[in-house]
Amino acid sequence: MEKPVLDVRNLAIRYGGASRDAVRGVSFTLGRERLGIVGESGSGKSTVGRAILKLLPSAQITADRMQFEDIDLLKASERDMLKIRGRRMSMILQDPKYSLNPIQRVGRQVAETYMRHFPATKAEARQKTLAMLEAVKIRDPERVHDLYPHEISGGMGQRVMIAMMLLAEPDLVIADEPTSALDVTVRLQVLEILNGLVRDRGIGLIMISHDLNLVRNFCDRVLIMFDGQVVETLNAHELDRAQHPYTRGLLAAQPRIGDRRKMLSVLDRRPEWSQEIAQ
Amino acid sequence: MTSNVDIRDLSISFGEGPAAVKVLPGVTFSVEAGECFGLVGESGSGKSTVLRCISMLTDFWQGSITVGGRDIRQIPRLERCRLLQMVFQDPYGSLHPRQSVRTTLSEPLKIHGLDDHEGRMRRVIRDVGLTADFIDRFPHQMSGGQRQRIAIARALILEPSLLLLDEPTSALDVSVQAEILNLLVRLREERGLTYIMVTHDLAVVDHMCDRFAVMLHGEVTEVLPRTAIDGNHATHPYARELIGASLEYEGAL
Repeated sequence: MEKPVLDVRNLAIRYGGASRDAVRGVSFTLGRERLGIVGESGSGKSTVGRAILKLLPSAQITADRMQFEDIDLLKASERDMLKIRGRRMSMILQDPKYSLNPIQRVGRQVAETYMRHFPATKAEARQKTLAMLEAVKIRDPERVHDLYPHEISGGMGQRVMIAMMLLAEPDLVIADEPTSALDVTVRLQVLEILNGLVRDRGIGLIMISHDLNLVRNFCDRVLIMFDGQVVETLNAHELDRAQHPYTRGLLAAQPRIGDRRKMLSVLDRRPEWSQEIAQ
Repeated sequence: MTSNVDIRDLSISFGEGPAAVKVLPGVTFSVEAGECFGLVGESGSGKSTVLRCISMLTDFWQGSITVGGRDIRQIPRLERCRLLQMVFQDPYGSLHPRQSVRTTLSEPLKIHGLDDHEGRMRRVIRDVGLTADFIDRFPHQMSGGQRQRIAIARALILEPSLLLLDEPTSALDVSVQAEILNLLVRLREERGLTYIMVTHDLAVVDHMCDRFAVMLHGEVTEVLPRTAIDGNHATHPYARELIGASLEYEGAL
């Protein structure tokens, strides 16, 4: 087997002032594949994503191992992380409306990433930016380059965010609900772009989502999180054969097109699911 | 009491003079009494605007809207509030953070001069599947699903016959969505309510609605029965694309 991009063993995260860990005993490896992390709000899935990038300054992160390629993330200083974040691992956030700077033209924001990590003139960065906007299938990149975030649609905003991240050619991308704010037709286009990245550039992708349909159709493997722990790991196409009652409950609660109309089954949360899961 | 809704040539423009933007160029559809009618389409297609026009939250529209055969403009406001109510998308935003459930629920009772506040509040809280001790809670003391139940209780306390539901479950987790959808199904059966429901999720339409309208750029492209979703029996190209994308997304193909 090829060397994993990311190897996490027994990760625990506790927010400052909290009496218990928000995330406990999370272990997984990521190759050049699409890994989904699903769970309800508050299950700790976004916290895991942020911890990998060390974006939780007030939280205490412990793990037996947190290895990203040649870097031991547990030992990496903030100084080291500044060189890694955006350059070798990147994050795509949920809503481009809130993650783009509203008073800067989008082209300049994309170019900034490039200038930050590579020695380049403004003209070179502009060329790179335009090429990248084209690569994420934005028609007329010259025009979009000079628009402000409020002048572009949600789907285009998300593509701008992907272009920004792609310029530095990272090996690991963490996408936190990248399509939740988008319409279903646009959603498929954005997913296809992310899919191309894994296929053509061989990046490792972590897809954080609450949407079971999305991970089922889009990811290779899925971690299911409940109350800060991974309750089950499955191949995405085997999601329907899930064993854990929580996963089965989530699947059953979902209305599906063409189903006979009946009461949707409601999740019956069991306290024993929150107990420590044996490693 | 049930209410049928008839909308003819509804149009609305925002802004004035040459800068005016016509948002709805002319929407026409009817909803039968006791029906659950869906409005779907991409963001910005005017779905929520239609609900805001029906409820008169936005009142500078042209055309005609009748509820139960009566022109909505001719119905006095107090009476209108007892005829129709709205449930909004995000219970984090639609409930006042500094007001207890008691304040939220008793205000409409006071305005309408109704008696037996305590009894009405207890009944409506039980109807939405909560217990009476929730009456003294504040929004931050409840989960998202509990808050949406309170938002529905607030809409129901004046006993309207028409509920306008603006993406009532899209801010909620799938497990909580199931609870709220079950609640809405039960309330409609028990009370014979008419629903007009905006959503972007065709699986929810298939589960809840009898018919639905597909909107694009403010226009209704096609009104379809729910059975048109599975197998994609739409004829308008955009409606076909939307249903096709939803089926693909759900992996039902």
